[in-house]
Amino acid sequence: MSKGTGFFKALGRVSLGVLPSLIAIAIGLAFGFVILLISDSSRAVDGLKMIASGGFTGGMKGTGNVLYFATPLIMTGLSVGFAFKTGLFNIGASGQLLMGAFAGIYVAHNATWIPQPMLWVVCLLTAMCAGALWGMIPGLFKGLLNVHEVIACIMCNYIGLYGVNYMIRNSNIYDRLKNQTVNIPHAAIPRWGLDEIFHNEMASGFKDASSVNGGILIAILLAVVMYFVLNRTTFGYELKACGHNRDASRYAGINEKRSIIFSMMIAGALAGAAGGLIFLAPSNGPSIRVEEILAPQGFSGISVALLGLSNPIGIIFSGLFVAYISQGGFFLQRLNYMPEIIDIIIAAIIYFSAFALLVQNLIATAGRKRSARREREDDADDAAVPEEEAST
Amino acid sequence: MSDLFDTIVFLVQQMWFFSIPLLIVALGGMFSERSGVVNIALEGIMVVGAFCSILFINLMQDSMSGQGLLLLAMLVAMGSGVLFSLLHAYASINLRSNQTISGTALNMFAPAFAIYTARVIQTNSVQQVEFTNTFRIPSVPLLGDIPILGPLFFQRTYITTFIGIAILIIATFVLYKTRFGLRLRACGEHPQAADSMGVNVFKIRYAGVLLSGALAGLGGLVFVVPTSTNFNATVAGYGFLALAVLIFGQWKPLRILVAALFFGLMKTVASAYSGISFLQGLPIPSDIYKMIPYLATLIVLAFTSKRSQAPRASGVPYDRGGR
Repeated sequence: MSKGTGFFKALGRVSLGVLPSLIAIAIGLAFGFVILLISDSSRAVDGLKMIASGGFTGGMKGTGNVLYFATPLIMTGLSVGFAFKTGLFNIGASGQLLMGAFAGIYVAHNATWIPQPMLWVVCLLTAMCAGALWGMIPGLFKGLLNVHEVIACIMCNYIGLYGVNYMIRNSNIYDRLKNQTVNIPHAAIPRWGLDEIFHNEMASGFKDASSVNGGILIAILLAVVMYFVLNRTTFGYELKACGHNRDASRYAGINEKRSIIFSMMIAGALAGAAGGLIFLAPSNGPSIRVEEILAPQGFSGISVALLGLSNPIGIIFSGLFVAYISQGGFFLQRLNYMPEIIDIIIAAIIYFSAFALLVQNLIATAGRKRSARREREDDADDAAVPEEEAST
Repeated sequence: MSDLFDTIVFLVQQMWFFSIPLLIVALGGMFSERSGVVNIALEGIMVVGAFCSILFINLMQDSMSGQGLLLLAMLVAMGSGVLFSLLHAYASINLRSNQTISGTALNMFAPAFAIYTARVIQTNSVQQVEFTNTFRIPSVPLLGDIPILGPLFFQRTYITTFIGIAILIIATFVLYKTRFGLRLRACGEHPQAADSMGVNVFKIRYAGVLLSGALAGLGGLVFVVPTSTNFNATVAGYGFLALAVLIFGQWKPLRILVAALFFGLMKTVASAYSGISFLQGLPIPSDIYKMIPYLATLIVLAFTSKRSQAPRASGVPYDRGGR
């Protein structure tokens, strides 16, 4: 092997990692095409084009909106993916997200003594802390009391939902008429010039801006931080080791109870950040509605994490992809197709990613076997007994 | 005194509507997990089962009504649940894939499929599937007239309640007293050992997952019929709650019954407290009442889970070469 191939080797590894996802996406789209054909064959080709061009159909505004919708998906994806990496199933991102959102909005509305340029930072950090506290509960139950984290998370989702409804109704952030929280424009995340890039120029010179804001950059930054923590720190290594084998980690001197609690806290903080980033969005960002429905982003996070193979960098792309194709579903309504087809396609992609992973493993195993055989053959060559090369 | 008795009767009658679907679905999950396959797709299977059977009722109710229609709809629910769970079985048994992946895919697919299909086949693209409830039994003949027990168990009820209890009895018998049950449990604890004794692990696990599909599909219908007059592509998280009941019940049928009854009773109190005179007077806001079932479950779990242990091989794809 000559020098300079290290880069190509790395590139090859990355493309081999991405390949199964691409195959799964292709099969998922083909599946969607079949459904388009069944429901209305005359427009199916246009429909497929519309899905494939996703958010780009809306020009720069559409592209910006993809980034806007991807922000919470990346965050909940990171939350679930991080827990997966440490051997835990965080199905409680919904509750953690809601807790974070409530705490962020509460501080934004009440801590007006904080200088305004700093306010959103404080609110976002509060949201992360609240999420971490809410994530810590299943962590404590699992680590200390051996309660399965899935059941504790499901219970915490509902306790969080009704608890936040109660707290909203009994605090000064409740807008009684609209049955939701008050607007907090003064604590909005800055746009950092992203709206200058992602807008459509109208004929009149009016800028039709997308909803994109600095949140997407924060989400990407947090993903990179998580990648670093998981792959480059002792702390991350310990958490992962606990996920692989609790008993072995304890034997190796890792405090496995503490690791479980920390993992759930970090996962909770990431989901809490998702809540902060949704509700601190600029210009009349959304408000928490007092309803009895769990935040759907918590469950989409599972899909995003699985598509991104729980790798923080992969999750950036899978979050962007899910937001992109969902925007395609939004535009698909122009052709009289139902947008639910996008969920069907995403479900198909996730299902087929299981197949694709299998194919990849088969290829990897075959590759290992071949290189092992090569080595044997090389040894044989050294022994000056040439074998047929053409047979391989 | 009679006031108190009326309250208790009301609570118990309501409790069945919450507990029985949880019981049926959790028992389904039990068959799957005891065979070694984690099934988080229970929610999605419930949605598909409820959708297909409610659609069946919607289409057939002009020519049929009453218990006959409901029984046929239950068969439809179970059949659609089995077909849908085949996807999970194939991915997790044949392909040995991560069982969370296909479960999540099924959960995502089910509501989208229900909404999409309903809007395509119904006029005006309505996504709710309406049905007329002709299934309530005011009082079971003879049994309903028994003092005390009659009102508690046999009045204002549905045939589904008794089928749920029957399923519990059959499931307990099958799991502990039949050859199939023993093999199922072996495959969930140590599949290699079962294989070495000539048990076909693939077949047993397929049976486990398909049974869970049938029961979860049925549970979807059983959940919707007493509580609503239309199906709107959701079972309100009951599939996940059934998963919780399954873990709460520590993968054992009778404990699952206790967990389902406990949770159902708490849920009834939470939703019907305003009709109970001695609770109405207490200064507790409604949000807190709604929180109680979940909070109580968590607290009970804190005291009972110290030695809780999932089936050892549950979630692990079967590898013949493994140890």
